[in-house]
Amino acid sequence: MSILAQSELKETFELNIGPQHPATHVVLRFKVVMDGEYIVKAEPVLGYIHRMHEKMGENRTWAQFWPNLSRMDYLSAVAYTHGYAGLVERANGIEVPERAEYLRVIVAELNRIQSHLLWFGVLVMDIGGFTPLLYAFDDREQILDLLESVTGSRLTYCYFRFGGVYNDISDNFITGTRAFIKRLRKAIPMYHDLVSGNAIFMERMKDIGALSPEILRRYGATGPVLRGSGIQFDIRKNEPYSVYPEFDFNIPVYDECDSFARYMVRMDEMLESLRIIEQALDKLPEGPVMAEKVPKILKPPKGDYYFAVEAARGTYSMRAVSDGTNQAYRMKIRSPTYSNLSLFEEASSGMLLADALAFMSSLDLVIPEMDR
Amino acid sequence: MDRAKIKQELEALAAEGLPEEAPQEVEAAEEGEGEAKAKKKEEEKPRQNGLIETDYNARGFHMDVQVNPDQVFRAAEIIYNEGLTLEAVTGVDWIADKQFEVIYDYSYTGGELLRVVVRARVDRDTPDIPTISEVFSGANWHERETWDLLGINFVGHPQLERFLLPDDADFHPLRKDFTP
Repeated sequence: MSILAQSELKETFELNIGPQHPATHVVLRFKVVMDGEYIVKAEPVLGYIHRMHEKMGENRTWAQFWPNLSRMDYLSAVAYTHGYAGLVERANGIEVPERAEYLRVIVAELNRIQSHLLWFGVLVMDIGGFTPLLYAFDDREQILDLLESVTGSRLTYCYFRFGGVYNDISDNFITGTRAFIKRLRKAIPMYHDLVSGNAIFMERMKDIGALSPEILRRYGATGPVLRGSGIQFDIRKNEPYSVYPEFDFNIPVYDECDSFARYMVRMDEMLESLRIIEQALDKLPEGPVMAEKVPKILKPPKGDYYFAVEAARGTYSMRAVSDGTNQAYRMKIRSPTYSNLSLFEEASSGMLLADALAFMSSLDLVIPEMDR
Repeated sequence: MDRAKIKQELEALAAEGLPEEAPQEVEAAEEGEGEAKAKKKEEEKPRQNGLIETDYNARGFHMDVQVNPDQVFRAAEIIYNEGLTLEAVTGVDWIADKQFEVIYDYSYTGGELLRVVVRARVDRDTPDIPTISEVFSGANWHERETWDLLGINFVGHPQLERFLLPDDADFHPLRKDFTP
């Protein structure tokens, strides 16, 4: 904590950031008590785009809930639909053909890279560098085009179905994806040249926003935030789902606990995702992309079901309580950034306001996903 | 993380809250046989406190513990001491039973996978349950959200105010008798 924040004078003032503010990206508000340039207390205020998706899950059939999912986390929408597909398939005992699982992994990893690319551009923009955003969006645009060709939408994907995916990929998609893998493998070293070694960037990121493994555990933080503090935890490895066990990939972990470590984790993750996509394209089995005989009306047995996936921002899990009818009795959605942001108030105390905003950016927030 | 220890301590805790005449042996035998069958039977009559080892592939978690509402704090402490983390707190409105169910999802992020579910049922008219935010700081937001949407009162919570809903809301939308 700063000397100022600890001083006896205690001349504090209140500062309101947001809900409409460029640094908070979507509509998030902070009630901040400041001591000069230092934060005494920064309380996040949520709910500005709360849409009550959980209630919507209760009053429509299982299949009717599909479009809601991608509208929560619009950057990691494939992971959200993946979690829901897994949940309902688990509850109903639906087997998914292998080719469909491979396609799911390919699309999910492309989506993860897309999300990280946007985060990369926005993070550097938050710190004051505008150019990398343009480079990142250029690369990201390639992914959006690829995903649009196979899923039909650019952000709010509804590509998965219970028992598979609705559309097979074309040869164009395969050649396009292979070209993209080459392209991004060249681009990421360029990003490192452009940004990672930059003195100003390092000044703003290194030793800022230190998060100990202990605080992360108390708040239930997951994803790159956890892996930036030396904890090797990734649902894809620790609780494997889909066909992830068949691929050879690493979980990047950095021990520094600071914003820069979280930055490096995500940069490395993009390369690992490329490896997964490449292997999936090489090994892609032939066969159907939809399970046969999936009932039109699903009535899972009574009880509750849980399914977790690794979204771009951490563990995304869903709990469905079924009462044996064609609608869920309760649908709980656990969004990763909700837990990741909840530690902000404790962690940002005593920080410079400018550092706190860079720190917040390193948590990679998507507000519609927190508010649900 | 010591899986056997967690199981043993939670089992002991759940047994403490059992009424004296509970016929435990019969149920234990059923659980061993077919998990789905045992589950189905329990659903028909209210479930007894106790620990069930669930089939991970069918359910998505390993241990399912039901305790009394006043024991959730102790359960959280047991789980915290073994290095697990809190993933979510949620509630279910069982309006037919005139009860709310509060569900705590714990998972282990340090290696070998373990998911523990702790549940407690509170009366729908007096939905009071102690807060666990002193053990898991992350529970603060989850409990606040559960109060906001379901109206379950977490006794001792530092800031039980509207969270996702606007400040002037006077309803709890996830209650089954809620009409917009």
